[in-house]
Amino acid sequence: MTASAIGRQAAPASSIGLAKTPTGIAGFDELTGGGLPLGRAALVSGGPGAGKTLFGLEFLVRGAQDFDEPGVLLAFEESADDLVDNAASLGFDLPALEASGRLVVDAVRIDPAEFITTGDFDLEGVFIRLAAAIQQVGAKRVVLDTVEVLFAALDDEAVVRAEFSRLLRWLKDQQLTTVITGERGRDGQLTRFGIEEYVSDCVIVLDHRVRDELATRRLRIVKYRGSSHGTNEYPFLIRDRGLSVWPLTAVALTYGASEERVSLGGVGLDEMVGGGVFRGSTVLISGTAGTGKTTLAAQAADAACARGEKVLFVSFEESPAQIIRNMRSVGIDLGRWVDAGLLRLWGERATAFGLEAHLDGIEQLLDETGPSVAVLDAIGSLSHVGAGAQVSSMLARELDMLKSRGITAVITSLTHEGPGEPRDAGISSLVDTWLLLRNTESDGERNRLLFVLKSRGTAHSNQVREFLLSDDGVRLLDVVVGPSGILTGSGRARQLAESDAAAAGRGAELQRAERVYRRQAAEVEAEIVLLRERLASQREQVEGLAVEATRDGTARAAVQTSVARLREPARDRDRDDADGRDD
Amino acid sequence: MRDLDAGTTPGHEADTELDENGPPYQLRLYVAGQSPKSLRAVENLRLVCEEHLAGRYSVELVDLLENPQLARGDEIIAVPTLVRKLPHPIRRIIGDLSDTEKVLVGLQLRGEDRPGP
Repeated sequence: MTASAIGRQAAPASSIGLAKTPTGIAGFDELTGGGLPLGRAALVSGGPGAGKTLFGLEFLVRGAQDFDEPGVLLAFEESADDLVDNAASLGFDLPALEASGRLVVDAVRIDPAEFITTGDFDLEGVFIRLAAAIQQVGAKRVVLDTVEVLFAALDDEAVVRAEFSRLLRWLKDQQLTTVITGERGRDGQLTRFGIEEYVSDCVIVLDHRVRDELATRRLRIVKYRGSSHGTNEYPFLIRDRGLSVWPLTAVALTYGASEERVSLGGVGLDEMVGGGVFRGSTVLISGTAGTGKTTLAAQAADAACARGEKVLFVSFEESPAQIIRNMRSVGIDLGRWVDAGLLRLWGERATAFGLEAHLDGIEQLLDETGPSVAVLDAIGSLSHVGAGAQVSSMLARELDMLKSRGITAVITSLTHEGPGEPRDAGISSLVDTWLLLRNTESDGERNRLLFVLKSRGTAHSNQVREFLLSDDGVRLLDVVVGPSGILTGSGRARQLAESDAAAAGRGAELQRAERVYRRQAAEVEAEIVLLRERLASQREQVEGLAVEATRDGTARAAVQTSVARLREPARDRDRDDADGRDD
Repeated sequence: MRDLDAGTTPGHEADTELDENGPPYQLRLYVAGQSPKSLRAVENLRLVCEEHLAGRYSVELVDLLENPQLARGDEIIAVPTLVRKLPHPIRRIIGDLSDTEKVLVGLQLRGEDRPGP
């Protein structure tokens, strides 16, 4: 087992070490790599109200319901009726389980005022009761709820110790997986009577503390012999569906990575992040007050609903009706998606409950809704609920929960104006895409800017964009850079007007040049015609001369002929004459 | 077992005749088998009863090894346990009853017999 194999602790631990049996308590089995040591005893210690009894109850109920391991509860503190009520608060029906022969609840009432001890005794009575109950249902699991009551009630501590030790041996011999609860002692002792020394295999401490007026529950595994286990304190919750431990640091980063991109809606936003964000990724939209975080988030929800996907929109600041009204003003009609059953709007003041309860509430909503996109509007509100580190770890768990379910998460966070890069409750490392909204103030107006601070696995835009909340949703505008930087709002308009004017000026010059050209061209054309005509007349002259020349030639030839005839001898002349006459 | 029953027989016989010194005592002694502790408890109880409750007590002996389901009814955790069913309220005395003084206090016989200091 290497240290790096944190996420895979479970497998080697259970194969090399102890055999384990699942408790069925959400998160606990992951934390311990399989549950409690099979056939052995585990001590669950904690102060009053820490949830020890409920831990034991759930262990038994889950065993009986889900793992075919009937159980026996020997309760020394609470009456059977109280136990039934307590179990009902977790959604467990003890009487039904008892009736079906999978559970025995034996509430042992010990009232120290009612008895005294004299002389030698043993705890055979407990053994006999337990044995009878175990036999009755064929139990595999046993819970002894606050067995220390025995120590307090019976004078002879030495006898009780010896008997307790015998009881544990006996339970072990019977191969019973046992949970023993113990009240936390003073001075940091795990139990009042030091019974942890008898329970050597597994010790779990539950804690219920109040810090900054906020109550939180914590679970810690102090000891787990033969098994690796998470050593941190883990928050846990008592919910109406049982306990829940949040073992964040023990959970491996195993969620899948989708290549599919989903649109965030609006105009121009998807292009900034490479055509949309990856499905199942986490998008953080942070910005100062009034920068349009909620609108962007609503836009993403709207886009998802338009694709026919289910969306959960949790707001910690506004009621559902308020959100619908406000978003309608920017042309995002969420009401129709609510009516269509695609959108679940949930408004809840984060301060209403503790962080864990909040987390649990979210999980329950996710279970009920089964969304593919979840919006958490203004996680900053949570910082009112807990101290910084707690909020961070809670948020990490929340995002983890969303990621592990493959839900695309859009969360918004309020940042405060200030220098430097914004800090966001320490969750930036958990976020895949981070959109930052910023107000710029200039020329007596405030305008909204948006830029992509990061987007994992995406060639995202490095541009700052101005974004408008128009009557039909979010519109991103291309950036306009003026002499003094980015221009927004009216500055942008002025810059655009100026460049329009400059363009218009350039147009006039062109026209003028064209006109000049055309005129010149016309002149040249006219000249060409003229020259052609002149050329043509010269040609005519030349041809005329040529004709004359030809005529002269013929005449000269005729002259020459006649001259030649004159110069011929006489004999020839007669014949020629005769010939001539004959012709 | 028969020995134990025999030990309690005198009590049963005296059951019906009420003594004018006090209310009738209905006792139940829970043991687990015939361990030395059990035997001692039976013997000690017999001595106490004969000395302080002569004629106004009855004792029922329950062996939890034979009747384990009875342990729940009287909330038995330890053995031996002596339960005073009557007079009310119910009192439980755990142990082999070897300390007679404590047994008398537990049965609230001491205050009746002698005035407290």
